[in-house]
Amino acid sequence: MRRLTGGVAKKKKPSAKAVEFQLPIICDADTLRSLVRKKAVRVVDVRKADDYTNEHIPTAVSLPLARILENDAPDKVVEILCELGISDRMPVVVYDDTFGALAARVAWTFQYVGHANTALLEMTFKQWKELGMETEKRPNKYPRASHSLAVNSNIHADAKYVESAKSEPGKLLVDSRERLNFLTEHIPGAKNIPYTMVGANGSILRRAEELKRMIENRGIQNDSEIITYCGSVGTLSGLTYYALKLAGFQNVKLYPKSFKEWKSLGKPKEEFKDANYWDLSAE
Amino acid sequence: MKKSKVTSVSPPKPNPKWGREEETEIFAKRVKLFRQGKISEDDFRRFRLQHGAYGSRLHMDYSMVRIKFPAGEITADQLDKIASLSESFSIGSAHVSTRQNIQLHWVQLEDVSEVMRGLVEVGLTTRESCGNSVRNVMCSHFSGVCPNEVFDATPYSKAIARFFMRNPMCQNLPRKFKINFSCCDQHGLVKVADIGLVPAVKTSEDGQTIRGFKIYLGGGLGAASFIGHLLEEFTPEDRMLSTCMATVRLFDRHGNRENMARNRMRYLVHEMGWEKFQKMALKERSIVEMTTSYSTARMFDVKAEEDTRQLPKATRIAKLPMLNESVTKDSPAFERWLHTNVVAQRQEGYFTLFITLGAGDITASQLRVLASAIRDYSAEGVARNTPHQNFAVRYVRGTELRDFYEKLASVGLANPGALTIASAVGCSGTTSCNLAITNSHRLAKEVQRRFLELGLDTDDLLRDSTVKISGCPNSCGQHEIATVGFFGGATRMNNSMTPTYTMLFAGSAGEQGQLGKVVTRVPAKRVVDTVLKIIEIYRQEKSGNETMHQWITAVAKGKATGTIKDLEDMKGALAQVIQLPSPEQDPDAYMDYGSDSRFIAKTARGECAA
Ligand code: SF4
Repeated sequence: MRRLTGGVAKKKKPSAKAVEFQLPIICDADTLRSLVRKKAVRVVDVRKADDYTNEHIPTAVSLPLARILENDAPDKVVEILCELGISDRMPVVVYDDTFGALAARVAWTFQYVGHANTALLEMTFKQWKELGMETEKRPNKYPRASHSLAVNSNIHADAKYVESAKSEPGKLLVDSRERLNFLTEHIPGAKNIPYTMVGANGSILRRAEELKRMIENRGIQNDSEIITYCGSVGTLSGLTYYALKLAGFQNVKLYPKSFKEWKSLGKPKEEFKDANYWDLSAE
Repeated sequence: MKKSKVTSVSPPKPNPKWGREEETEIFAKRVKLFRQGKISEDDFRRFRLQHGAYGSRLHMDYSMVRIKFPAGEITADQLDKIASLSESFSIGSAHVSTRQNIQLHWVQLEDVSEVMRGLVEVGLTTRESCGNSVRNVMCSHFSGVCPNEVFDATPYSKAIARFFMRNPMCQNLPRKFKINFSCCDQHGLVKVADIGLVPAVKTSEDGQTIRGFKIYLGGGLGAASFIGHLLEEFTPEDRMLSTCMATVRLFDRHGNRENMARNRMRYLVHEMGWEKFQKMALKERSIVEMTTSYSTARMFDVKAEEDTRQLPKATRIAKLPMLNESVTKDSPAFERWLHTNVVAQRQEGYFTLFITLGAGDITASQLRVLASAIRDYSAEGVARNTPHQNFAVRYVRGTELRDFYEKLASVGLANPGALTIASAVGCSGTTSCNLAITNSHRLAKEVQRRFLELGLDTDDLLRDSTVKISGCPNSCGQHEIATVGFFGGATRMNNSMTPTYTMLFAGSAGEQGQLGKVVTRVPAKRVVDTVLKIIEIYRQEKSGNETMHQWITAVAKGKATGTIKDLEDMKGALAQVIQLPSPEQDPDAYMDYGSDSRFIAKTARGECAA
């Protein structure tokens, strides 16, 4: 079993009541299975509603990514948490079928509004099935819970913040899009860590040591503040956000409105036009 | 390692262990030191090239990582690994070069060590694939299956590759050094390499058959190209190593270290005169033979490189299944592919098939399907990449060609034309190379697309013709050994800078290989039409069954018998196609492929991508 240590969640506190399990950043399949058995977790399926209806991980509730994107305001997100029966300390594990990027965006949103005890399932639903793990068909509904709102603005960046951070020492902008898109245009000063780099076969993220080594190779100091962004809504960069957390970076922020907003605001871009790199693509 | 579906496929090839883990760590460290300003740019460049990473076009934060495949051999596991490395660190596709390398473009310098690490896992290396070293040792992709060969040169080429790789004697040559093996006198690039070797046999006085080679020295393509010279009638196999060592040593000692533009060995041979060089080479060989220690000589181990697996026998098929109507009448596309992409092997019932790529480009998902097809259908379990920027998959049973084809077709890998004029070669050009003037890469793909659309691959008389395109005079696209070759330049036309190509006629490969002759200059956007016009003229002019290559060769020699007799006539006949209207009337004609702005020739210091 790996990745049971470290994580965003606070340390276990002994309490008279049943202690909630504190999740690491990434939840492996065995841990999730035993939590499901103990009914000690809320599993959140962020695929399309139809996919959920078809089949899902036992006990999971459905929360398609689109719903979160439409209800991005923190109070609305908390309303969703309540509706899904998620209380303040309940462990939440999120999964998707899109190499972890959609799950990452939802998990980040939960953590942003104050639900720290959130983790990504280490694999996609497809891989879960390929491993022969249990699934079910019937939809799940839980009694409404109450959840407090405690916005964690430390993990969020907007265009204004990005603009000022660009030139500050110790702050680093990371573009998660693929290489050719990055070369074409990006926010000035950004470094490219494509989302394709952080994943691995059979797992949505590489092992922590591997990620650490790759980032170290790039000469990035581990006390740097890193802001991730991608093309449009913060999914690819959401995955990179968690990759950086897993690699041990404490201060990571997501710019969820990403390059799409940046461009629409008419902000400056860095472009590279001296090579016809698109003509290398075999598509 | 994944298992093959077909039970009669042989056990997988052992890991060839070209790569070394420690080199990846050293590379990562050096990059950090360089970034911290603790190593000079020149020192770092030398180190980087030695380890197979070129600077990318006008952007030194990125590298082109060149992976070596001695003899072109590549296993299914290696293909899978390259697929995932290209997704993680490159642009999601890989690129077959003209020297049996595979290149990953636009890799961030800081990620190169990660790419190397992945390669080491599957036995591959980038070591000495660039820089002033012995580059990838090539061997004909037909070696071992060629009906004309006297023996399989593959183990010899791999043994030589292993002997020179990391060998202290060739870590700082005056310039790069290329060794090519062929299977027979038809295939292979033996006359355009520093050392070219053609397998040969001789009967000794006591009636024994001795293996050996015909060795050519001092050939090569580039801004100035030369054809290699035959060292001696026959070099027995036990003198092959000493001959190669002697040649490398001579080059090391006498090669020009001052003038970057004239420091390949072919210049040395040219300046010294062949006779003198030949004498020196033979003398040096005697010295090498007298002074080489037993332990050094033992590092050259042909036996160790032999493929000792027993490949299963295939059922005999007299003809390709295309001739059997019941198999193919339902699929003209399959029939066309069989005709232009499949050849019979020396081994009964087995066939070699070719994967048509566009200028060598292949996506990660295509690589994975190819890997799985090789596992399922190649009894040998490997592919070879070819100097035509395609893959050859060998030891496929005639009975399984259809299944193989269907599998390829499912991911767009079943284009016809691999063995025909439609399979145009194009170097990287302005897509990634610092020295490039034009987008030769895209142009080659355009040529292929148009030719396939027009069905030119189905005309057998065009089959022996080739089109090869380089983005500058440096010849990575091997334009000088093409029937119709092109190299990129910039020309002022109608007062406007225009991307153009110099067109050459009648170059050829093989043991009789000749260099092409310059015909005229053609604007980039007129190249496709110009070649089509040449084909049209050829069709009017040809006599009997004369192939296009034969006809073009006759024209280049001034010996054609129709209305077009020589290159001057040819130029006249093409004048109209080549002409451009004014830039105002047709601005696009003055732009290069892949660009929508005015053409400017931009280049930077070359690290020579050749
Ligand atoms: S150096 Fe010239 S011929 Fe070689 S890859 Fe670059 S553009 Fe092509």
